Order: sequence, then structure tokens, then C-alpha cells
Amino acid sequence: MMTRWLRHVREGCKNVVRNGWMSFAALSAVIVTLAVLGFSLILTFNVQQMSNSVTGQLEFSAFLNVNASEKQGEQVAQEIRALPGVASVQVISKNEGLQQMKQELGQELSDVLNAFKQNPLPIQIVVKPQDPHQIDRLAKEVSEIPGVAAVRDPHKLAAAIFRTLAVVRDIGIVFVVGLVITSMFLISNTIRMTIFHRRREIEIMKLVGATNWFIRWPFIIEGMIIGLIGSVIPVALLVYGYRSLYVKAKGVFSGLAFPLVQANQIEVKLAVILIAMGLLIGMWGGVITVRRFLRV
Amino acid sequence: MQDVWKEYPNGTQALNGISVRIQKGEFVYIVGPSGAGKSTFIKLMYREERPTRGHIFINGFNIEKLKDRKIPLLRRTIGVVFQDFKLLPKLTAAENVAFALEVIGAPPKYIRKRVREVLEQVGLEDKMNMYPHQLSGGEQQRVAVARSLANNPAVVIADEPTGNLDPETSWDVMRLFQRINDLGTTIVMATHNREIVNTMRKRVIAIENGVIVRDEEKGYYGYDD
Repeated sequence: MMTRWLRHVREGCKNVVRNGWMSFAALSAVIVTLAVLGFSLILTFNVQQMSNSVTGQLEFSAFLNVNASEKQGEQVAQEIRALPGVASVQVISKNEGLQQMKQELGQELSDVLNAFKQNPLPIQIVVKPQDPHQIDRLAKEVSEIPGVAAVRDPHKLAAAIFRTLAVVRDIGIVFVVGLVITSMFLISNTIRMTIFHRRREIEIMKLVGATNWFIRWPFIIEGMIIGLIGSVIPVALLVYGYRSLYVKAKGVFSGLAFPLVQANQIEVKLAVILIAMGLLIGMWGGVITVRRFLRV
Repeated sequence: MQDVWKEYPNGTQALNGISVRIQKGEFVYIVGPSGAGKSTFIKLMYREERPTRGHIFINGFNIEKLKDRKIPLLRRTIGVVFQDFKLLPKLTAAENVAFALEVIGAPPKYIRKRVREVLEQVGLEDKMNMYPHQLSGGEQQRVAVARSLANNPAVVIADEPTGNLDPETSWDVMRLFQRINDLGTTIVMATHNREIVNTMRKRVIAIENGVIVRDEEKGYYGYDD
């Protein structure tokens, strides 16, 4: 049993070396593929963390007409609650709003507010959507409710950035899919070279009663070796790159006050995913190639 | 156990309805003009080809119902020898024989022992570390025979084993087949060699246009060319 596996691995290694240039081409393709994938992943992890931290705060406020009564406020709140996708609705009455503002302004400035005979603030309704992506739709629907004067979304900027990054990530994924196919094609071609070299050997193997799996394994291992080397290199590069970036940026996404995902948190995930992908690409490249040659 | 029985009309007209029964321990020549269906007959035996119709039983395997996955099991009970030897040029004689055993996952210790045994059987134990290009045609064919014997097959199928050999070495190889047959292994040999068939008299099955035209014990080659 053990000798058999040793033999498969030995044969697989031999094949990689024998097809030097083809292996190199396939290897390069895998490296590029997985580097792009890894980059997208790092981005995704960060976008995810960012969106999680934003999501917690993602809400918007609807302001009613200044002269709307508390009762009207409650009515509008009911209507908003009835909308689909609303997580929570909080009504801030005129008085509460005033208190809040006073607090925010501080002791001295709050005197200014006392100058008003009447409370100048409108009733404010804070709406939290269940799904942060729905915030725009919800804000629009709320703004159409009669009695609502204005809708304000304090995190519009964050949401916009979040969306942009998501688009970048999606483009990355499309690239990755294309590159995965290319890599598999190249691996498959490399293995096909081996098979041509070894047609005679395979023929004899079949004649003396080797099982198809016995014939298959060395080729699959050849693909897996290419996939493995092709994943370890980008993992090393990306981990190194991300670490230095993390240190340089002091753990913060420069410009925006979002914390980066900690380097050690991302590394393991990244390594596992990329190496698994590398092995999978290589293996699949091997399987599809040999399949065509093994019709007995 | 050894019970070969076949009958098949083939769509591509390689074989048009053949029935034959070969008993365990027999030595059978398959003769006939080129393209008459000899090779197809041989290929059907080790399931290189599938019959379009009819039934084939070999070594207890029902060929028509044999799943692709199970073909290796059939082939392990059959040794095959070809006109062009089919040795791997980069392996020595011993490695070529060992290859057949490695491929079926035999333990290394057994492989070493068995390789020596079969090479002794074909009289090449002193040349076991030579590469095929260092061996004569006859010696290469003997290595191929040794390889076919490695798995202790019940049947050895030979497709023109002397086709590439000069008359003298052909006789060496034939004597080897005779010894193997004497030990109880069934031999089915397609051949064009008239002299051999007429001298080493065995059962002769003649195939022409995909049908058996003659099947006789201790027969003659019966063709002029």
C-alpha cells in the first residue's frame, strides 16, 4: 500500500520535471490565478469586516414637518414599521431631540436654544433596516410617506465606499474564474504532454492489468504538485505583503477610519483557501486529462 | 475453470459468427490470411475490443457483462505477448518484468523473487539487468514472455510472437511456449508462420472472412503464403 503511494508520488514528481517548460507555464498560470484570488480574498475579508462594523450603525433618520404632532409622529412610525425589511423604528420626540441637541452642543451654546419660544426641532424617526443593502430603497419609500419632510442618511459615504469595494471584489471574482479555467487548461496540457510521452507505458500497464486508478494517480499527483507549488508562492507573497501593509498602515485602512483585519487572522484563512484551490485546480486538471485517455 | 466459448457476428464484419471452445491446457494456433479476423479474435479475448453480439467466457469472466472497472481483473489472469514485444526501452529486462507486478500492487519482496523465477524460466537470468536495446530480438521476446508469465496467468495469448524474429530464434521462443504449455498454461497463438504450425503440430483454428473455416487437432497451416 505504502510502496504504491510512494511510486505514484515519485512518478508524479518525475513527470513535473520531465515537462519542465510546460510545468513552468502551468505553474505560472496557477501562481497568477491564486495571487489574484488571494488579493480578492484579502479585499473581501476587509470589506466584510468593514461592512459588519458599518452594518451595526447603518440607519437613517426621517424628519417630519416641524408642525407635526406627537400623534402624527406615532402614525408615521407605524407606517414605517409596516414596510418590509425594517428592523427597528425609534421615534425621537421634539423634547428628546432638544435634550440630545443640548447635550451635544454643551452648556453654553445650549442657551441659544432656550431663545426659541417654541421647540424648533421636528420629530425624528430613526429607522434601521434588516439588510444594510436595502437602506437606499427603504429611505426612498420612507421619504414618500406623507408627513415626512426629509430623510437623511449619515453613513451614505461609508455605504458608497462599501459598495465600490464590493464591485472591485466582484470584478476580482470574475477574473479569478477566468484564470482558474486558464490554469486548468494549462495544467491539463502539461499532463497531456506526459501522457503522450508515456502512451506506450500506459498501454502496457493496461495490458498487464493495472487498474485505471493506478494509471491515473501519477498524473493527478503531477497536477497537484503544480497546484501546490503554485499556491504556496502566492500565499507567501500575499502574507508578506499584507503584513508589511498592516504594519505601515498601523492596522487602519488609510483615509477611512476602518480597522484592517488583523494579519494573523487573515493568514491562516488565506493559506488554507489558496492551497486548497491550488490542489483542486491541479487535481481537476489531471482528472479531466486522463479521463479522455483511459477509455479502455 | 478455463473455459473459453465465443460466438459473435460482428457489425464491422471482422468476425461473423464464431463459436469455439478452448479447454484448459490446450495449445491453439489461430491462422488465416491478413485481415481475416485473427487479431480481432485475440483482442476480444483480453477485452481490448467488445463483441457486438454473442457471448464470451474467459477464465470464468463473462466478457459481455464485464464492467470496464473490472477489466484489470480479467487481464491479470491473462498474459499477452505481441509481435513488437512491447517492452519499455528505459527499463532493464528485470524492471520490465517487475513492472507488470508493480502495477497490480504486489509487495516488493515478492516481486524480486518472482522476477528472478520467470526470468530463469525463459533462460535470461544472466541478462536481467540489460536494457532491451542490448538484447537480441529473441531475447527481447523472451523478456516479454517472462513478463506475461509474471502474474501466473491461466492463459497466454500471443499475437504473432515470432513475426519479427528470424527462423532460429523463432524456434527458441516456440520451445519456450511449449514448456509453458507443458506446465499447464493454455496458449492461444495467432501466427503466420507456416513452418512452425506444420512442425509443432497443435490444434489449428483457421479464420477467413470472419468465420471459422477449419478447426482440427494436429492440423496444418494450410496456406501457400
